[in-house]
Amino acid sequence: MSIPILTATGVNKSFGAITAAENVSVSVPEGAIFSLIGTNGAGKTTFVNMVTGYITPDSGSIKLRDREITGIGPRGITRLGIHRSFQIAQLCNDLTVEENMLVALAINAKEPPSFFGSGRSSAARKRARETLERFQIERYANMLIPELSGGVKKLLDIAMAMAGDTEIMLLDEPTSGVAADEKFPLMDLVIGVLREKGVTVLFVEHDMDVVTRYSERVLAFYAGRIIADDAPDEVLSDADVRRYVTGAPA
Amino acid sequence: MSPMILTAAALAACTVLAAGAVLLPDWAMFLVTMALAKGLVSLGIVGMMRGGLVSFGQGLFYCLGAYMAAMVTNVFGVADIVLISVVAMLATGAAGAALGPLLATYRGIFFAMLSLALSMVLYGTFAKMSSIGGTDGLTVLTPTFLGWAPEGLALQTALYAFTGFVTVVAGVLMRIYFNSERGLITLAIRANELRVEYLGASVRNAMAWNYLFGAMLGGLGGAIAAMSLGHVDPEFAFWTTSGEFVFVAILAGYLSVPAVFLAAIILELVRSFSNLYFPNTWQIFLGAFLLAVIFLLPRGLGSLIERKRTGDKE
Repeated sequence: MSIPILTATGVNKSFGAITAAENVSVSVPEGAIFSLIGTNGAGKTTFVNMVTGYITPDSGSIKLRDREITGIGPRGITRLGIHRSFQIAQLCNDLTVEENMLVALAINAKEPPSFFGSGRSSAARKRARETLERFQIERYANMLIPELSGGVKKLLDIAMAMAGDTEIMLLDEPTSGVAADEKFPLMDLVIGVLREKGVTVLFVEHDMDVVTRYSERVLAFYAGRIIADDAPDEVLSDADVRRYVTGAPA
Repeated sequence: MSPMILTAAALAACTVLAAGAVLLPDWAMFLVTMALAKGLVSLGIVGMMRGGLVSFGQGLFYCLGAYMAAMVTNVFGVADIVLISVVAMLATGAAGAALGPLLATYRGIFFAMLSLALSMVLYGTFAKMSSIGGTDGLTVLTPTFLGWAPEGLALQTALYAFTGFVTVVAGVLMRIYFNSERGLITLAIRANELRVEYLGASVRNAMAWNYLFGAMLGGLGGAIAAMSLGHVDPEFAFWTTSGEFVFVAILAGYLSVPAVFLAAIILELVRSFSNLYFPNTWQIFLGAFLLAVIFLLPRGLGSLIERKRTGDKE
C-alpha cells in the first residue's frame, strides 16, 4: 500500500441528540477502492458529506495527503480534486445530457469559463461527446434528464463529477435506483474508468455482492462508528457486522 | 445560435427599427423609444431569471441611471447622448458591482425583497433630497448627438434611432453572453445549484456578474428614458416601476432576447390603449393580459420565438 491520500482522524459530528459520526478514523491509500457499508443512519453519507465539505465536523481532522481540508466548502474541496456523485443523481433537468456535460467541462477547463466563447462550440461538443462515449451514454446526448433511466442518470452524474482532475471519487450509492441487471455492468464501467485514471474510490453501497466484487477494503459503519475496517471477506464475516449491518446469521 | 444567424437577426432588427422611423407616427415613435428603454432594464432581469433569480428592485438602477443623465447635463453641461449613456452605465455598473456580491448570497424571495428594499431606500432618499428636486425631480436638458442638436420631430427620430441602435447592440451582446460558457453555467444554476457548486463553480460569483450586467442595462435604460422624457423624479425607483420591469420579463420569458423588447412594446401598447379607452379600469385589463400569458404561455413569449429545443416536449 502506498502513502495515504485521505486521512480522517477522530472525526465527530452530531445533529442535536443524534450522533452521526463518533471518533471516525480512516486512512485511505492512493489508488485504493474502499466501500462504506452500514444500515440507514449509520453515518456513511455523513462521512462522505464531511469529506466533500457539505457539512463540517464538530471535531477531528480530515486531510488530503498532508493538507488539512476540514471546514473547506464543497467548491474548494472539488477544486482540490475530491469529487463526488450523489445517491439521487444531481443533474440539471432543464438541460440535455450533452449540455450537462458541457457545463461540467466548461467549469473544469484550464481557462476560466468565457463570457463570449460559445458554450456549445463544436470543439466543446466534441469533448463532451467523447466523455459521454467513454461512459457509454453518448446516444442519449440530445435527451433531457427526466427522459433518462436511473442507470443513465447515475452514469452522467459520475461522468460530470469526473470532468476535472479527479484524485478521489466518492460515490454515494452508485447502484441505488438502478435495475438489478444493470448494477454490475454499471459498476464494471465506472470502476474501469476510475481504475484507468488511477483514481482513489470510496463508495457507499448496500448491495454486498457489489461490495465484495469491487472493493479492496470495507468500512462498516454502525451508529456513527466504524465497527470494522478490513478486506471484504474479513469484514463480512465479522460477528458485529453480521449482527448490525448485513443481518446475516452469525 | 451561430454568428451568422446572430448577425442576420441583428440586421433584421435594424431593418425593422429603420422602417419604424419612417412609418411610425410621432406618438408611436415615442412609445417604442420608451418601451425599448424599459426593455433594456427587463433584459437585465431576464439575465438573472436565467439563473433562477428575479430582482424586484431594478428601479434602483433605472432611477440611478436617469438621475446620472440629469446630473451630467445639469451640473457638467454635458449633453452628448453617447457620453451620458456611458456615464450612466458606468455609474450603475459601479453600484451593481458593490451590491451584487452581497445580494448574490440570497436566493428566491429573499433576493427579490432585498433588491426591492434597496430601490425603495433610494426612492425615499431622493424624495427627501431637496438639492436634487425632492419629489419634483429634475429636468433633463435636450441631448445632442455627437455635436448635432436636432429639435422637434428630428429630435424624436434621433432619440428613437439611438435607442434602437443601443437596443440591438445590447441585445446582441446579451445573446452572446447567454450562449457563452458563463451563460450555460447560469442555466445550470437555475436547474441545480448544488451540482454546479460540486463541479467547482461559484454560484455567488455567477449571480453577481448577472446582477452587474442587469445594473448596467438598468442604468442605460434609465438614462435613455430620462432623455426621452426630459424629466426625472424619484418615481423611477418606486416599486410599481420595478414591478413593470418584472412584468415585461415574465411576459417575455427567459428564452429569447427579442421577446423582451417585444413584450415591452406590447405592455406599452396595452397600457396606452386601455388607459385611453378605460381610464379608470385599465389596470384590470393589464392584469387579465398577464394572467392570460401566464396560463397560455408559461415560458413567456420567448417560447414562441426561440427554436424548440432538441428533445423538448413543447
